[in-house]
Order: sequence, then C-alpha cells, then structure tokens
Amino acid sequence: MALKGWKELEPGVVILEPGNTIEYKSGRWRTFRPVLDMEKCIHCMICWVYCPDSCIMVKDSKIVGFDYEHCKGCGICAHECPKDAITMIEEVKAKAEEVK
Amino acid sequence: MVEAMVKKPLIKALEGDKAVAEAMRQINPDVVAAYPITPQTEIVMEFAELVAEGLVDTEYIRVESEHAAMSSCIGATSAGARAMTATCGPGLALMWETLWVASGLRCPIVMAVVNRSFSAPLNILTDQTDMMGSRDSGWVQIYAENHQEVYDNAIQAVRIAEHPDVMLPIMCGHAGFVLGHTLGRVEVLPDEVVRKFVGEYKPLYSILDIEHPKTIGAYDHWDYFFEHRRQLFEAINNALRVIPEIGQEYGKISGRYYRLVEPYRLDDAEVAILIIGSGAGACREAVDEMRQKGVKAGMLKVRCFRPFPADEIVKALKHTKAVAAMDRCECFGAEGGPLFIETCSAFFNRGLPMKMVDYFYGLGGRDTVPAEFCDIFRELSKIAETGEIKPPIVRYLAVRE
Repeated sequence: MALKGWKELEPGVVILEPGNTIEYKSGRWRTFRPVLDMEKCIHCMICWVYCPDSCIMVKDSKIVGFDYEHCKGCGICAHECPKDAITMIEEVKAKAEEVK
Repeated sequence: MVEAMVKKPLIKALEGDKAVAEAMRQINPDVVAAYPITPQTEIVMEFAELVAEGLVDTEYIRVESEHAAMSSCIGATSAGARAMTATCGPGLALMWETLWVASGLRCPIVMAVVNRSFSAPLNILTDQTDMMGSRDSGWVQIYAENHQEVYDNAIQAVRIAEHPDVMLPIMCGHAGFVLGHTLGRVEVLPDEVVRKFVGEYKPLYSILDIEHPKTIGAYDHWDYFFEHRRQLFEAINNALRVIPEIGQEYGKISGRYYRLVEPYRLDDAEVAILIIGSGAGACREAVDEMRQKGVKAGMLKVRCFRPFPADEIVKALKHTKAVAAMDRCECFGAEGGPLFIETCSAFFNRGLPMKMVDYFYGLGGRDTVPAEFCDIFRELSKIAETGEIKPPIVRYLAVRE
C-alpha cells in the first residue's frame, strides 16, 4: 500500500472506505505464531470463535491455517483448542525455518 | 434593509458575557455543551434561559465537566451539527486533551474564553495565561478589546471556523470581569442579518450520513500521524487570509471592519506598544497623552494571535525605533512572553533589526493604567534615542519588590 502525502489525505483523520483494516498488515507485531497440527484438528471451530482478529482461515467448513499478515500471536486459539492441535512457536525460529 | 440597519443600529448596554450570549442567540447553534465556571458562568446561565424560554432551537447539554463539554461539541460537529461552548481559565485547562482532538478532527467549534488566571494562588480574575497556554493546540485564537468586539468576534468566529480552507475550532477571548462583568455599549445587528451572515453549517463529513459509512478519529502510526498534523499547519495558516476576508464581509453588514491587527497612530510613530485585548484601551489613552507631549507614540493591537500574523506585525512596526511587547500571561522560564518571543522571531526571520523589550503585566486581574503605559513610552523613547537597551530585556510591570 503506497503511503499518501499530506495533500492527498482527506482533511480531519477520516476513513471514507469502510473495512480497510485488512490492508494494514499488523501481523509483524507477533513474537509467537500459532502452528496447526492437522492430524489432531477436529475442525470444531472453537479457535475461529475465539480469535479476536478473525485470523483463523476456513474453507469448506475446515480450518486451513492462519492469516499471518494479521495474527498478532496472542495464543488464545492454542489455549482454547480442546485437542491441543495448536502450538505457539517463537516467531524468530519460524522465520529461520522459512529461510531454510 | 441592511443599509438601513447600518445607519440605525440597535444599541444595547450589555455585559461582555451577555454580549456573547446575545450573539449565540442570534447564531442559534444546533448544540451547546458547557459547564459553568466564574467568570464565564453568565454566558451559559443566560443561554440556558434562552433555551428554557424556547428562544433558540439549540440542544443544550448540561455536562459534568469541561472535558465532557468539549467532547460533546466534538461529537456534535462530527454528526454535522454547529456546536458552541464557553469556558475560562481552569475550565480551559481541563479541556486541554480534547482541544487537540477538536483541531485534529477539524471540528469548527466556536468557544468563548473569558480569560482568567490559573491557580495557585487562587485567583478568579483576568489574565491571558489560559488561552496563551493553549496557543499551539491548533485552535484559531482571536481576542476582543471591548464589549463591541466581544459581540462582533463571536459572530465572525462561526464563519472563520467553518471556512472550507480552515475548518478548525476557534477561541474568542475576552477579559473576565473587566469586559465580562461590566456594562458596555454594543451595537446589535438584527437577527435575520446575523442568521444570513452565518448561514448553514456544511460539515465535511457526518457520521449520521449512513449512506456513506466512515471512520472518524482512527489511530495513526508514525506512518500517517505527521501527514495529518502537516495538514493542520496548513489549515491554520489559511486563517491569515480568511480572517480579514470575513472581517471585510462583516464590515459590510455592520460598518465595523476587522483585520488581524489594528494600528493606532502608528503611521509616523517612533515608539510603539504591542498589546492584546482589553489593556489596549488604557494604552490608547497613553498614546494620546504622549502625543500631546510631543512623543511620537503608537500602538499595535493584535486581534489574532493564532495563526500569528507575523507579516502584518512587522509591516506595521518596522519603521519604529523601539517596541515594547505586552504579555499578560505567565511563561515561566521562557526567554519572554509569547507575544514578545514571536515578534522578535518575526523580525529576526525577515532580517530586520528591532529594539524590543517585553513587559509581563496585569497578572491575576491587576489593572494597568495609562500612566504606566506612559512610563513605558518614556522608556522606549530613551531606547530609541540611545539605541541601547538597559537590561533586563524582560521586565515585570508595576510589581512590588
């Protein structure tokens, strides 16, 4: 998202397009990230209900993963999961894995 | 009809506070949210009566504090309403946080500030520490010298604040008790003339416009905060052009034309006093007295302090040889009062030399009489003759040692 200059902004701190929060990638605040063990997951949707940032991605009534662009790593999903299918791992370690 | 009115004005004897209430009656704002505090109480007391008697259509919100008063006005303007309020001294201090919200959200709120000192020592009398303390909050600030200006400023303020190039809140200051509680001659315009002059408030956005949902007052990180603030620098500076324009337009309906500054016998002046507000009355008398004695004295009254009319002040004073800035506020630990500091800066930035001294005066309601201004003119004459200022540059007028 290209940042606007002061002359391009609407006066008065107003957002005229509703629902544009999705454009703001707040996931980089995260220090721990949730990782799903598909073997254990029963798709009960409890994590989906509890996630405060709507970051549980669902397709055809199945959990398919997490929206890491917006997940802040609060760990509520892992705490609430009745099957311990979600593990919180350190973001730096996950990043290191990604690089490999 | 307007012409006829200019020739035959309705003249009333009004206290300064009542002059504000009278202007508010004629403006008939959509919302007034205010909390009473001496010496502003008369404004809201009078206005509450107008509401109770059904003489205005205003929604009057009795709030629990000044913080709530300003918050209510912010909400009201965001909903597309024209909102007004009034406060003074400590009440303005309690609004401090929300003042910045009002300017940041570009809410054109009109607020009468009956200038009062800050405690301690406890004091309810006038000085300008309250408004000067909030001078950088993004509010336009104009000050009245007399009762007529109190009334005239209140009406013009609506148009200044709501001008599309400004869209900022405005404070109209007048001296507590000295103007607020004394009777003065006020020429009052007919209701319909005022209503036509102020017109309808056209908000930039309204949260009640449900066809176009929007967010007002969202969070900015380092990525956008500065850009939004940069807009404010621009908007308030636009008022330097807008205030005289509105002042001209107001002159056409009232016969009284307003500018950013008002010179008095300055054309050939060698020594000048720079002053804001009610003290200009006594200073004007001193100018006349010194002129009779052969001293080329003059005065520049600064009507608008925010935005700071640097060009107008320099233009009006640059031919003089010595200037005294009068600061009726506290500015502990600073190089001088705000009027002095910014005027020095205005001359310096334009590469012009000026011999300037600063006088803190009239704190906590202390009167300043013409004889004291005459003493200042004598001192300025000495500086003009010798070209030298005997320290200190920053002085305290009529304080017992």
